[in-house]
Amino acid sequence: MTKGADEVGVLIVDDEEPARLILREHLGKVPGVRIVGESANGFEALRSAAELSPQIVFLDIEMPKLDGFEVLELLDPSIAVVFVTAYDAYAVKAFEVHAVDYVLKPFEAARIAVAVERARERLARGAVVPAGELHAAARPEGTYLSRVVVRDGSRVHIVPVEKLDTVKAQDDYLELKSEGRSYLKQQTLASLAAGLDPKRFVRVHRSHLVRLDLLARLEPFGKGSHVAVLADGSRVPVSREGHARLKELLG
Amino acid sequence: MHPILSRRGRLLPYLAACAPLAAIVTALFARPGGLFLGEAVALAVPLTLAFAFIGLSTWYPCRQYRLGRSKLAAGIATFAVGALLASSVWVLLGAGLASVLGELKPFAGLPGRFAAQVPSLFAVGVLLYLLSAALHYVLLSFEEAREAERREAEATILAREAELAALKAQIRPHFLFNSLNSISALASSDPPQAQQMCVRLGDFLRKSLSLGDRTSISVGEELELSRSYLAVEALRFGSRLEVEEDLDERGNRCLLPPLLLQPLVENAVRHGIATRVEGGTLRLGIACGGGRLRILIENPFDPESPARPGSGRGIENVRKRLFARYGEEGLFAAKRLADRYLVVISVPAEMPA
Repeated sequence: MTKGADEVGVLIVDDEEPARLILREHLGKVPGVRIVGESANGFEALRSAAELSPQIVFLDIEMPKLDGFEVLELLDPSIAVVFVTAYDAYAVKAFEVHAVDYVLKPFEAARIAVAVERARERLARGAVVPAGELHAAARPEGTYLSRVVVRDGSRVHIVPVEKLDTVKAQDDYLELKSEGRSYLKQQTLASLAAGLDPKRFVRVHRSHLVRLDLLARLEPFGKGSHVAVLADGSRVPVSREGHARLKELLG
Repeated sequence: MHPILSRRGRLLPYLAACAPLAAIVTALFARPGGLFLGEAVALAVPLTLAFAFIGLSTWYPCRQYRLGRSKLAAGIATFAVGALLASSVWVLLGAGLASVLGELKPFAGLPGRFAAQVPSLFAVGVLLYLLSAALHYVLLSFEEAREAERREAEATILAREAELAALKAQIRPHFLFNSLNSISALASSDPPQAQQMCVRLGDFLRKSLSLGDRTSISVGEELELSRSYLAVEALRFGSRLEVEEDLDERGNRCLLPPLLLQPLVENAVRHGIATRVEGGTLRLGIACGGGRLRILIENPFDPESPARPGSGRGIENVRKRLFARYGEEGLFAAKRLADRYLVVISVPAEMPA
């Protein structure tokens, strides 16, 4: 096949070799598809995506290092992602809700071709997947994220939620503080908060989230509002709504 | 029917237990100013025997008026009337017996002497009737407790059967769909391998369906199941999955509840080997000695990979089943080290008969 203008580069990400093999076979039959590479785990997927600039990624969910949702959060949002899963009722529900395309194992060749077609349409529209919301929605009721992944250039940091202290929203970015270090992540505070246990993390302000067990005391600040003093002495503004939330949690 | 009369083996011990009562009644009759000893014995033994049967009648009101459940006044009235009636019958029997015996020469004048005993005999009759009622209440509560115990045991068995059925129905969908996907991949690239995988998968499903019906299987049989499972996974994971077995022959023959090890082996692959980029070795150790069967399952995992849902439930299930089967004698420990996961089981070694 000659390299045309409408040709799309596809990256295959799955930790099982037979699964990559059959995806490669099916994708090879779809006109206008050029397979740019294959990755067998989450780290490799991010590296390959950066190096090979695919437009479409077929992304497995359960993988070593980073799972599919974590990869999606760190991936260039202009890439069209098609999730790949054997069985995951919660993930599938989240895909349906957020209109994210997915293919089920065992793969069907015709379905793979449809997935490529839909991904092309999304690329043309410039549609962006709400990665954080999707990640939060793809889990059973009452379970929460156990860690947050952050990208720093080519490095990936993993912040366990028990070590996540505060989160501050700044423009399109979040500033996460953990063990005295700061990390920047492109995400909204609402979508991060949706994945965290509301009994452990409280949104005390429109742009501030704190881990509840760090809270040392509340001090009045101006009329009607408060400021939270944390265990390390740092101060976080508390809005009227945030104060109500805190009062409800602390009784 | 009365519980003592309904079973042949119970009547004789019951009558034997009445012997001291006969002695007491004899002593009552023979006290100073009463009957002669011979007369006392001749009257007391048949009368005690008669009361042994009269007393059994309290079982029916006891069953009718349960303590704490029926009206107290009605119960008291019933037992009072019963006691007066029973005692009257008893005294009449005594009088009849005394007059019959009085016809005999050695017992001449007995009816007259017996008449003096009537008030105390009547009182004893009332007391014995009430004592019998009290004993029947004890008997009833014993029966009730035993019945409750039996029901509880039955419920436990039923619950366990249900649990087993649920376990069987819970075919691990992840494993199944992934395996089907691998087969479909191999179908065009390596048809003989695809066929091989279908056979292994069929083998595994067949075995896991047949083993659950039994209460005990040998470790060897359970391991056969795990081997067919690992054979399927080997095709998915390729060189990432290695297995090392360390078994002794006696351990192989020991008995275990079915499908106890298999979920642990599946966990070791799904939550352990599969989380590692480079894969790893699943170690399986089985040893039997000193009257105990010891099992070790060890696997590496990547602490930096995301946790996959569902491992805790499987472990909890195994722990519960071990406890249900062996009680305090079954030891189970699951330990998460820095990058390895260890499960140790120690149970009393059971050999097939």
